[in-house]
Amino acid sequence: MEAIILQILNGLDKGSAYALIALGLTLIFGTLGVVNFAHGAIFMIGAFCAVTLQRMLSASKSFIDETQTDFLGNPKKVEVPYLHDWFGPEVGQSIIEWSVPLAILFAIPIMMFVGYAMERGLIKHFYKRPHADQILVTFGLAIVLQEVIKAFYGANPIPTPAPPAFTGAFDFGALLGFDPNTIIYPYWRLIYFAFAALVITSVFAFLQFTTFGMVVRAGMADRETVGLLGIDIDKRFTMMFAIAAVVAGLAGVMYTPINSPNYHMGMDFLVLSFVVVVVGGMGSLPGAVLAGFLLGVLESFASMAVVIDLVPGINQIIIYLVAIVILLTRPRGLMGRRGVMED
Amino acid sequence: MSKSNFTRRGLLKTSVAAGGALAMPTIFSPSWADGHAGFTNAPQGSTVTLGFNVPQSGPYADEGADELRAYELAVEHLNGGGDGGMINTFSSKTLDGTGILGKKVEYVTGDTQTKSDAARASARSMIEKDGAVMITGGSSSGVAVAVQALCQEAGIIFMAGLTHSNDTTGKDRKANGFRHFFNSYMSGAALAPVLANAYGKDRKAYHLTADYNWGYTTEEAVTQATEAVGWETVNTVKTPLTQTDFSSYIAPVLQTDADVLVLNHYGGNMVNSLTNAVQFGLRDKQVNGKNFEIVVPLYSRLMARGAGANVKGIFGSTNWHWSLTDEGSKAFVQSFGTKYGFPPSQAAHTCYVQTMLYADAVNRAGSFNPCAVVEALEGFEFDGLGNGPTLYRAEDHQCFKDVLVVKGKENPTSEFDLLEIVEITPRAQVEYAPDHPQMGGAAATLGSCNPGA
Amino acid sequence: MFGLNSKDSTLLILVAVLALFAPFILNPFPEGSALAQFNAGYPDLMQRFVIFGIFAIGFNILFGLTGYLSFGHAAFLGVGSYAAIWMMKLLTLNVIPAIIMAIIFAGIFALVVGFISLRRSGIYFSILTLAFAQMSYALAYSVLTPITGGETGLQLKATDTPLLSNLGPTEIGRANLFGLDMRTSYELELGTWLFTFNTGYYIAAVCMLIGFYVSIRIFRSPFGMMLRAVKSNQQRLNYTGLNSKPYTLAAFVISGMYAGLAGGLMVAMDTQVGPERMFWTASGEVVLMTILGGVGTLIGPVLGAGMIKYMENIISKINDNILHQWFAFMPDGIEDFLVTIIHPFIGKGWHLTLGIIFMLVVIFLPGGLVEGGQRIGRMFGSGKKADADTGAADTKPAE
Repeated sequence: MEAIILQILNGLDKGSAYALIALGLTLIFGTLGVVNFAHGAIFMIGAFCAVTLQRMLSASKSFIDETQTDFLGNPKKVEVPYLHDWFGPEVGQSIIEWSVPLAILFAIPIMMFVGYAMERGLIKHFYKRPHADQILVTFGLAIVLQEVIKAFYGANPIPTPAPPAFTGAFDFGALLGFDPNTIIYPYWRLIYFAFAALVITSVFAFLQFTTFGMVVRAGMADRETVGLLGIDIDKRFTMMFAIAAVVAGLAGVMYTPINSPNYHMGMDFLVLSFVVVVVGGMGSLPGAVLAGFLLGVLESFASMAVVIDLVPGINQIIIYLVAIVILLTRPRGLMGRRGVMED
Repeated sequence: MSKSNFTRRGLLKTSVAAGGALAMPTIFSPSWADGHAGFTNAPQGSTVTLGFNVPQSGPYADEGADELRAYELAVEHLNGGGDGGMINTFSSKTLDGTGILGKKVEYVTGDTQTKSDAARASARSMIEKDGAVMITGGSSSGVAVAVQALCQEAGIIFMAGLTHSNDTTGKDRKANGFRHFFNSYMSGAALAPVLANAYGKDRKAYHLTADYNWGYTTEEAVTQATEAVGWETVNTVKTPLTQTDFSSYIAPVLQTDADVLVLNHYGGNMVNSLTNAVQFGLRDKQVNGKNFEIVVPLYSRLMARGAGANVKGIFGSTNWHWSLTDEGSKAFVQSFGTKYGFPPSQAAHTCYVQTMLYADAVNRAGSFNPCAVVEALEGFEFDGLGNGPTLYRAEDHQCFKDVLVVKGKENPTSEFDLLEIVEITPRAQVEYAPDHPQMGGAAATLGSCNPGA
Repeated sequence: MFGLNSKDSTLLILVAVLALFAPFILNPFPEGSALAQFNAGYPDLMQRFVIFGIFAIGFNILFGLTGYLSFGHAAFLGVGSYAAIWMMKLLTLNVIPAIIMAIIFAGIFALVVGFISLRRSGIYFSILTLAFAQMSYALAYSVLTPITGGETGLQLKATDTPLLSNLGPTEIGRANLFGLDMRTSYELELGTWLFTFNTGYYIAAVCMLIGFYVSIRIFRSPFGMMLRAVKSNQQRLNYTGLNSKPYTLAAFVISGMYAGLAGGLMVAMDTQVGPERMFWTASGEVVLMTILGGVGTLIGPVLGAGMIKYMENIISKINDNILHQWFAFMPDGIEDFLVTIIHPFIGKGWHLTLGIIFMLVVIFLPGGLVEGGQRIGRMFGSGKKADADTGAADTKPAE
């Protein structure tokens, strides 16, 4: 029982990341009809916003300390972050430790700009081009983006821990009446889940309850008619692209304490998030979210030792197996609309 | 910069000088002198080309970059540049800064991408296009085994880079291939006594193992070694190589009565699984009245950096560490650090040493012929290259030397100072028979050396 | 010729001539010159050009004609490779049975995958094929290790004793064609130039020419017309009472067999198989090759394959040391400056260069490299001839 609850928690947590990325992908599919292979790279750039902020906050002045020696036996260069100077070592250090939450604020304008620039600078020229061209150009862009990040930050993962206040784990067991210490869950992962829920709800509310959202939804359904009504749908779609970039970027920022970011994390997520989007059904936002959580939970269950013993290798293929089963039983995924990306 | 060339046939230049613009069909390169022909890519002219095949893209690119730095340093030292590094401390004194056998050392580089196909393509281009007489490098066992097999077929010497799986010099050993790096068996044999000492003999271990060959051999080595000191193995679970989030593998550990978690992961897998395990508060947990502990059998300092503070106090093993204080290590750290500004990694060390060993073997053999080199390296005893007295065993071309058991440092003084050496396990303790079951048993054979053409 | 119209015959002959003289064409720079770095005329890369050319030609039969975008074609290449190496390990070191088995196994696997995946179209189809390929990769890497060798893959070993080959006790077998070793090369020195003629390459090239010929025949056949009809409007086709599924399935299996042929040849040229051959990036690569060269054109995929493999094998091998030699004639300051500028794009930066080229090609040459060729052709005032050369005149992507 405890094991199952834990795996559900794990599944929801994994699902949060899948759902956030898939949500952004679907927004772009649905509004612009573009297959965006660079979406994983946007997620990765978001994560590196957190790394960058961490680096900026720990910008240091260095001086030579004659009393200490470095590994070569020369006088050691000691670095002290400016923040330590300005606010004293304790406050300064805690600001640095809070760089990941602070990076959310830092990342929003950057990701909006990235999204805007991508759409205006590149993607908009590809609306009328075949999907094949869109794939090639966005894949090329994804490679370029990740290589640029690699050139600046190297190939190794970079540790970006959560603030000390959020390290450690929460004891669910005690709360639910199980033995203590049997169901514990890391605070940051719980925050990630809550954050994902918040972002997903806001995106839905935005589309559902604002005029802007209404126009966008109308545009998703029938772009030409909306255009004929005299509405500048392109501008709104550009906005949607920027929003999708922000959603993926924030997913990246918040993900950094869970796993240290590296330059290829976008590619690692890319294929999975495509599977999630398609299983959810093309053009369906609720479908993408649902599929994200569903695949997350199933993946978690498949990784339990008893399940692996029963079906060796199941943990390796579960997502793809589920995808095949769902696509064969439901022609357009869970909630797909007819005619979207079917030809 | 020098105006050297990367010729396949140094002879061509001379033939042109002689005005020989004639068509000269040849099937194999014409003999140059006795002992310098009859094998693939026999060096002609005044230079010899080595092939440095390292991961330059993909997750191990930083490790590859460090390997490349070490190779460049080694070439510099072989050609008489720099401070000579470990040439001065090496017990064999044939290297004198005049290259190898008096030929200036040149090199070509390639990208293995940590994929065996790409690594072989790159190695073949070095052999076929650039005329490399030796291939070295790599950061994974899959690549090492694939390239080693290629070199065996082509008649080229392969000096493995970082490869830790038993298979490289176990069931997949080849006469033309040599490994200086240690292996899974040695990790297990070195770690188990230290672990028993630190954590007690009555422990229950839970293994998470990367689901591929290296993971299998490491899991086997560590379970056997720890069970020999009295530990019990509660469970072993395989995790996919492509896994990034290990939460669903770590959480179930909470439900077992295991009190040690062994992470048979390397590289990105290790960084993520360790980070996740610490997130789940495993290190603050008490089981059976004991502190819960985590063990990482193979440490890489470069990768450990990615796990940040999570490595503190965690045991593992490593082939070499820059904080060693023997003469060889000090000389190497000094020249590497002076040139690049930071201390070398274990990958850099093993690659540098392999290059030196190859150069020395050629000098001693008096020929670049792979079979002569094999003969010179087999059973070769040396010292002064950072690992104490070392033997290149003839039966499987594996180096036998001391193994370092290390622990994540509690108070690192710099970003390179992440590991502290707990124990230097003496060579005798990690030795095994060449036909050990973990090494492919009696069926494993080197075959015979292949000089190629 | 061979039932082709004159335009196609010209194209086939052109490709044959290119393939025959590739050792010359790809080695334009003399040995020892600074530009020799750009020579691609060594056996391994020439073999890769034609093998990936075959792979892309086959992929184009599916994607270029029917518009079905398979994202799992590498799985067929992998299955073909495994079949081939097992033939060599168990039966004979002759490459012919190995290649035939590779084609058969890949064909059977493609039939199964295609039968299931073709029940869906568009991106749903792409994801189904991707799922099958990723499962093959994941299983080959892990639980199928006893059959596939897992991470370290399969190579020929001294312990292998193929039934029909007499090997010494510690002898490692070599792939051959009736005793002719795949790796034998004949080297021709002409002045400072060195040209290598490799047995394996020519065998692979013959396979590619046959594959190319078959592909032309398919493009020009009623069957090909039917496939194009599927691409332009499948619904209308169904309304006319035709069941398009057998046609698309046939195209899928044929292109799977091309992939199997490529996989078998890879093993024949270099007796090694590893599971990364089936990873999604490998499937993605053939998609990119086809698009880069020109979807739906005859020669495009081959050009795309050549381009990507050239970048991967040549650019990745240029290092700073070589740059310094190139620019050694310049003053030190300028030399270092140039090296610094170029440094990010070579060696470990070859991916960056590749990504930029993808973008540039697709932005400025919507029809891929083939369109580039056509434009150059038109520039010299012979547009018609360029069309004939590329065979793209009437096979433009019908988007």
